[in-house]
Amino acid sequence: MDLKLDHYTEDDTEIVVVEGEIDVYTAPRLRELLIDLVNKGNFHLVVNMEKVEFLDSTGLGVLVGGLKRVRAHDGTLDLVCTQERILKIFRITGLTKVFGIYESVREAIDKRKSK
Amino acid sequence: MAIVQLTISALPAHVRTARLMATAVARRAGINESTLDEVRLAVGEACSRAVEAHRAHCPEQPIQLELIDSAGPGGPSGPVAPDRINGNRSGRFEVVVSDRAPAKEPDEGSPLNGFDSDAHAYIGEHTPPGGVTGLSPDVGLAVILGLADEVSIEPNEVGTVVRMSWPLHKGGVEPTGAHGIG
Repeated sequence: MDLKLDHYTEDDTEIVVVEGEIDVYTAPRLRELLIDLVNKGNFHLVVNMEKVEFLDSTGLGVLVGGLKRVRAHDGTLDLVCTQERILKIFRITGLTKVFGIYESVREAIDKRKSK
Repeated sequence: MAIVQLTISALPAHVRTARLMATAVARRAGINESTLDEVRLAVGEACSRAVEAHRAHCPEQPIQLELIDSAGPGGPSGPVAPDRINGNRSGRFEVVVSDRAPAKEPDEGSPLNGFDSDAHAYIGEHTPPGGVTGLSPDVGLAVILGLADEVSIEPNEVGTVVRMSWPLHKGGVEPTGAHGIG
């Protein structure tokens, strides 16, 4: 399926909900959304990937790009993902060391606020 | 041996088509469900890499895929697959992605020479002009190396040939599940 994107604010954090496939075709839309959110002053992002069906290195690149942008403003970009098929690519690339990956949006927000 | 060939234009939208085709043929060949995810991702990475390279160097040229079920029946006049992969191709599902973009020599320390999983190194990578990634293009190759059972990445005079293969289960096609490409 194609990519569906949504976002909402919860507890001073912008939650980005991603559904579908993130690849070389669809990743530019996610990139544009992340850039737009940062440009509008949202520096604490949580990307909910629970409904992502496919993620490749292009998608990883977009997430890393988003992380770079929020870090430039002392912000954070955390992920919510429990799907083994998606987590596998983060492990292969070593990006589990770079992103905070949580089981729920609530957990991601609470973890950031406790730091 | 059974072969499916697919030629795509260098368009990002067609990478998904290639993934779907490869997954369908792999399932038909007897690749188990857990390995199908690896095939899907590895083929997607190889095609994404080829599409990006073509868009930069030769957008009008097509990219070719061969999906080879070495356990399947061969047609009487079908094409002949390359005769490599450790000298023994029986009982494997192989995907060959051939591009026509100028091949670059692998850099020292690149995934081709052994992937360093220290992802912090990626954070400093620049985004290429017109590109969408903040990662090195070699990360895609690293993912392929991490997913496929056997991999070879061979630059030649016309481009690069990425070969990936996985072992087939004895007995060939799985007894249940939907098959076919449609």
